Amino acid sequence: MATFKLKINKKTYSLEADPNMPLLWALRDLAGLTGTKYGCGIAQCGACTVHLNGAAVRSCSLPISAVGNSEVTTIEGLSKNGDHPVQKAWEEVDVMQCGYCQAGQIMSAAALLNQNPNPSDADIYNAMNGNICRCGTYLRIREAIKLAAQMK
Amino acid sequence: MEIIKTHYNRRSFLKVSAAAGGGMVIGFNWLMSCAPSQEKAGLAMPDEWFDINAFLKIGNNGVVTIFSPNPEIGQNVKTSMPMIVAEELDVDWGTVLVEQAPLNTVKYTRQLAGGSQSIRQGWKSLRIAGASARHMLMEAAAKQWQVPVSELSTDQGVIKHTSGKTIGYGEVAAQAVSVTVPEEVQLKDPKDFKIIGKPTKNVDGQKVIKGEPLFGLDIQREGMLIAMIVHAPAFGMRPKSVDDAAARSMPGIKDVFVINTLPDGVEPQWSDVNAFKELVVIVGDNTWNVMQAKKALNIEWETVSAPMDTNSYDKALSDLLEKKADTPARKDGNPEEAFKKAAKIIERTYSAPFLAHNTMEPMNFFAHVTADGAELIGPIQTPEFLRKTVASVIGLPEDKVSINMTRQGGGFGRRLYGHFGVEAAVISKRVNAPVKVVYTREDDMTQGTYRPAYKVKYQAAIDKNNNLIGLKIRGAGIHESPVFANRFPAGAVDNYVVENHALESNISTGAWRAPRSNFMAIAEQCFLDEVAEALGKDPIDFRLELLERAATNPVGQNNDYDPARYAGVLKLVKEKSGWGEKKNGVHRGVSAYFCHNSYVAQVLDIVMKNSKPVIQKVWCAVDCGIVVNPEGAKNQLEGGIVDGLGHTMYSEMTFTNGKPDQNNFHNYKLIRNSEAPLEIECFFVDNGIDPTGLGEPGLPPAGAALANALYAATGRRLTNQPFYKEEATISPM
Repeated sequence: MATFKLKINKKTYSLEADPNMPLLWALRDLAGLTGTKYGCGIAQCGACTVHLNGAAVRSCSLPISAVGNSEVTTIEGLSKNGDHPVQKAWEEVDVMQCGYCQAGQIMSAAALLNQNPNPSDADIYNAMNGNICRCGTYLRIREAIKLAAQMK
Repeated sequence: MEIIKTHYNRRSFLKVSAAAGGGMVIGFNWLMSCAPSQEKAGLAMPDEWFDINAFLKIGNNGVVTIFSPNPEIGQNVKTSMPMIVAEELDVDWGTVLVEQAPLNTVKYTRQLAGGSQSIRQGWKSLRIAGASARHMLMEAAAKQWQVPVSELSTDQGVIKHTSGKTIGYGEVAAQAVSVTVPEEVQLKDPKDFKIIGKPTKNVDGQKVIKGEPLFGLDIQREGMLIAMIVHAPAFGMRPKSVDDAAARSMPGIKDVFVINTLPDGVEPQWSDVNAFKELVVIVGDNTWNVMQAKKALNIEWETVSAPMDTNSYDKALSDLLEKKADTPARKDGNPEEAFKKAAKIIERTYSAPFLAHNTMEPMNFFAHVTADGAELIGPIQTPEFLRKTVASVIGLPEDKVSINMTRQGGGFGRRLYGHFGVEAAVISKRVNAPVKVVYTREDDMTQGTYRPAYKVKYQAAIDKNNNLIGLKIRGAGIHESPVFANRFPAGAVDNYVVENHALESNISTGAWRAPRSNFMAIAEQCFLDEVAEALGKDPIDFRLELLERAATNPVGQNNDYDPARYAGVLKLVKEKSGWGEKKNGVHRGVSAYFCHNSYVAQVLDIVMKNSKPVIQKVWCAVDCGIVVNPEGAKNQLEGGIVDGLGHTMYSEMTFTNGKPDQNNFHNYKLIRNSEAPLEIECFFVDNGIDPTGLGEPGLPPAGAALANALYAATGRRLTNQPFYKEEATISPM
């Protein structure tokens, strides 16, 4: 066990954890930020996607000890009032069915648009193929990303 | 306008009371803090709420809360069911808040998510709930104004008198509470619907995009422990001994023990399907610590029934297809004679593997059991049955067990089987603390309750005049045959026989989105395509001919479909897709299926790129009667198509010596974003018939439409799922 000072959503959290504890479980169980979801634990489904200095990472496979001084952004911190263009587009397109994977989808999409404000279809596939939606909302996810790109 | 009996002849029935159902009043602190937070942009909260009936309460300012009775698993009933109440109540949807109702079998009927039945079976009671509340509000206004109620009308939450004076619902809600519940009410004429039929956004949409805690896995409670289970590594095994010395000494670990969730003397419900009743349990302070200690357990397992291999049951199912059944499930005419005189016989065998449900949110449940009662919260499709089993297993009367339903990260049938809820209750009682049971993906995927492996053999007899004169269908599957004896094309073929075989197994199976239909639609619709080709007929025209026969001169009894509605969706998809037009490099497939009371036909276009199909577009024509929420309906159909295509192409569970060969998404493939069709367009038959569900019916036809399009492209008939093994992976671009 060790103490880790993490910068999450522009706040500092002091968390007592096993250094091997993945960021996912530190967020969910220790920081009480449950918006980031557990889906597979092996970086295959993308439900746990968060931003590390603005880039998408799978928090289930990132040990807390590897976070260091990086800025962690979770779905709760993506915007103040749920009004990030990607969030607004998600609501406008009414993407979700069960909704469980959508936090990870939104974080992957937001990171994509950070790096690439006008992604092509192939760019969208490359960025989003790591996020499984078991309900099959993929067409709406693509549509929402394109809408968000226009909003920016 | 329709006058309908409410069946509310006792005031107490519909009235809200804290004691209704004998349910305990327990502090719903997690639910209070997280789930039903009543925020909606621009909506002022009332100072006081008035309970009008079990489905709704009205604030003194006219804001309405509607309770959604059924479990929400992504099928969007938490939006569509309250829309129906709001329609008959006659309010502005913008003034409506929605809350998930807890399990209450006195107030509500059929609080279950399954069979695409929530809308169909809830339609009348939801309308009556809204209409009777509207009537009570009008009665209260009539009394206040000293006018006959017949002189009143309503419009969007406002009561109007013929004189022109008006009063808002909120202003008479306090008086409406004491109005006698009407014994009959007027329902709206569907042509006057203002909310039903209007695209309406998901009521939880804002909470989801902000990552608010809505799901079972998000539950947190003061003093709550995390519990994980270890089930046997193979079907047919159970724990023999546990060496937990190392695990117990690891950080945060509180206890390790073995439980039996279905001990002798407990009568199982249908929903208690479970291959692993005896489990090793490990309890600790947080998920990661318990996961780590779980790996340090040293468990010896013993075999209690013979393990199965994929090779062995596959052969056994094939053997069953060669065996005549003692009694056919259905027989019309004289199939033997028809096949004897046939000029041509077509035969084809189709197969499909076991499938895991793989809800994105793995199984989990919260329970707090004390001497006085049990509080359970979590994702469950069958709360009523879970309560029966929990009460029985932990030895409490049912009225001391409360169940609240969270939003559920997918269902697909998996959460019909609530052993994880029973486990939470048994563990909480044992450790005397609030507990959340959490499955890892591996626990979830290897636990069972799978879609069974199926096979079916089709044989068609064609006479010398090129007529289909006979059809033999023989099905075999694990625990059940997939074949529905009375479905299309039963009723359309003079000489017809269905035979069913089932193979027992210690691998547990259960309902998986569109049970049996998810396989049969593919087999049947691929076979009909092949028969149409042999007859030299257009595949849609051939299906329409069969349906015409079933409509005008049906063969046999109990044909389980309406041929006119079935033909209706085929004609609609034919028109919308421009069927018959030839487009360079585009290969088309068609498929249609009726299940769960709704009719769906699909045309699917592919182009081949580097010998791999790119799915350009799917046209989807649907008859589900009145469409309650067109936006939600389209989403369900799109998802059903993607789900159907994905599983047909890629997914399977296989077994070696009883042990599942797949345990996570690195070795169990699900369809990815780039593989979904580029476009899906949905069309609805507008016929005003009472609505039926859409959670399942979009899925079954999709795989066949793809297989038929692939045949058009390659000349090869795909028969054994998953099709990727027959070199048919979908190209990303």
